[in-house]
Amino acid sequence: MNSISIKELDLKYQDAHVLKQLNLDIKKGEFLVLLGSSGCGKSTLLNCIAGLLDITAGQIWINERNVTWEEPKDRGIGMVFQSYALYPQMTVEKNLSFGLKVKGMAKDEIRERVDRAAKILQIEPLLDRKPSELSGGQRQRVAIGRALVRDVEVFLFDEPLSNLDAKLRADLRVEIKRLHQKLKNTMVYVTHDQVEALTLADRIAIMKDGEIQQLSSPADIYHKPCNLFVAQFIGSPSMNLLEGRIVGENFVYHDYRVNLMGYEFINQGDHDTSAYLGIRPEHLALEPRDGYVKLASVSIDIIEPMGDETIVWFDFMGRKWSVKVHGDHQLRWDEEVDIYLDPKKAHLFSKQSEVRL
Amino acid sequence: MEQIQLTGPHGPKPKKTTVSRLGVYAFLFSAAVFFCIPLYVMLITSLKGMPEIRLGELFSLPGDPSFAAWVKAWGEACSGVECNGIQTGFWNSVKITIPSVAISIILGSINGYALSFWRFKGSNLLFGLLLFGAFVPFQVVIFPLIIFLREVGLYGSLTGIILIHTIFGMPIMTLLFRNYFSSLPDELFKAARVDGANFWQIFFQIMMPLSIPVTVVAVILQTTGIWNDYLLGLIFAGRENLPMTVQLNNIVATTFGVREYNVNMAATILTALVPLAIYLLSGKYFVRGIAAGAVKG
Repeated sequence: MNSISIKELDLKYQDAHVLKQLNLDIKKGEFLVLLGSSGCGKSTLLNCIAGLLDITAGQIWINERNVTWEEPKDRGIGMVFQSYALYPQMTVEKNLSFGLKVKGMAKDEIRERVDRAAKILQIEPLLDRKPSELSGGQRQRVAIGRALVRDVEVFLFDEPLSNLDAKLRADLRVEIKRLHQKLKNTMVYVTHDQVEALTLADRIAIMKDGEIQQLSSPADIYHKPCNLFVAQFIGSPSMNLLEGRIVGENFVYHDYRVNLMGYEFINQGDHDTSAYLGIRPEHLALEPRDGYVKLASVSIDIIEPMGDETIVWFDFMGRKWSVKVHGDHQLRWDEEVDIYLDPKKAHLFSKQSEVRL
Repeated sequence: MEQIQLTGPHGPKPKKTTVSRLGVYAFLFSAAVFFCIPLYVMLITSLKGMPEIRLGELFSLPGDPSFAAWVKAWGEACSGVECNGIQTGFWNSVKITIPSVAISIILGSINGYALSFWRFKGSNLLFGLLLFGAFVPFQVVIFPLIIFLREVGLYGSLTGIILIHTIFGMPIMTLLFRNYFSSLPDELFKAARVDGANFWQIFFQIMMPLSIPVTVVAVILQTTGIWNDYLLGLIFAGRENLPMTVQLNNIVATTFGVREYNVNMAATILTALVPLAIYLLSGKYFVRGIAAGAVKG
């Protein structure tokens, strides 16, 4: 059963086409992440689902009900914002109960719901404080609580962790995941942070220019990106690229050739065409390994030690390439090294259409 | 622990009193004195008796300070044929100012709130028109307004002058509140909508409590503006409701008999007392009020 269904959604402003005939089905209890760089329409889409923006065409269904023309409060959603958007003049308790009071709910029930939400989020000692007396993490918890008390089916998160520092972000990320496992609500989560997306999502929708590029599980997005944009967007540092040609069983560029034994082509007809070869930094190696083939000898440009691993940068065929190696590697700047590649982990994209081959 | 001796510049940069800085202070001080002189002269003159004033010693302190002139200015000074002092004008001004300030701020804040959060079709056009209203010189619209008020039967009445002040205050009040509300995070409004609050609930329960600072600015701006108004009061208020400024002019300009400078000075200070008190009490908000007023031109 679908919790949210977006059908042929279109949103235009005078001069901008923000969302283009978008279709998206989100299953009940699913954690869906909308991922993209700023301006791709992901927050806009979330606002449309919430009913905070008027759409140009299409339909939005929530819980098998057409809510296209309904007010945000009638859609059965709760929303958490990046800036927390807590009411500054109210205490935490008032913040949590405001929506219920406006609804005209009985005092006892409000009390009960606020207490329950406070308990789940462990903010009971904070109930009498004002938002200005809370830390960023506590504020975000209250903001989540405000969605929680509404007892709704669907939670919408609009970059909820972006205003927090790195440590707190990692902590709250885990808490959101735990919350989802506990409540089993449908959650739609907007972010530009791929780590958040990969760690939280059941499915990720990667967006660009108002269109969904790929909608799949985090593993699929990472291992089988459907086009060049997705391939480059996910992964850090981003995927290394090489421009060349597929000739039979080989990828050929200048005098080099890489044997593509073991690569799973989507379409077997693509065996003589211009293409990009992509390979993630973690699928390159500086020493020969089982199944790896030698690519080239290069000299090291920059070394970035990160503790557990080291990123080594070098110039290759006019592009900046990087390779991730274990942190123990002793390397010098300008050192000559051999680069080995795992063809099974490589990605091939058509040069014309930029889609995966 | 061993103390390491540092040579060369270290620690906080020393502050130097330079000649140019002293010059700036000297200039500021003399400017302050210069602008205080009229107030000083008014104050001491109002405390003198007429014989002492006739000596022409403008700056000397009163030999026998007395508040007689103040009492007279308040309760007995003549404007035209009536000799009830400036108190009638004071109470008229209170009756005009309080409702005008209240109504214009309430309407202006609702306008500003609607224009910044509830973007409806034509809201930008409406805002543009209101702004345009702020720049129309009011001499242009006075005559049409007189006819309009006469036709609806409000010309020369308290309601009429309050209506006029409300109308003239609307552009600047709307602008002030719109700009303030625009500076509040949009997400606050969205959160309230998701919470199910309607137009008025969001206004009264979320936005109003947040707009106390700007409301104080609005009160300052409107109170000083309306209290100091002369022209509109003279034209629209009618004989019964002439504001204090108009009555002050009548007292000072009354030409028969002796010109009682001490009474005139006292009446003037009394008239200026309300704006003065607001300047002094409102502190930092007043500067913001001036800054907001600067937009009005």
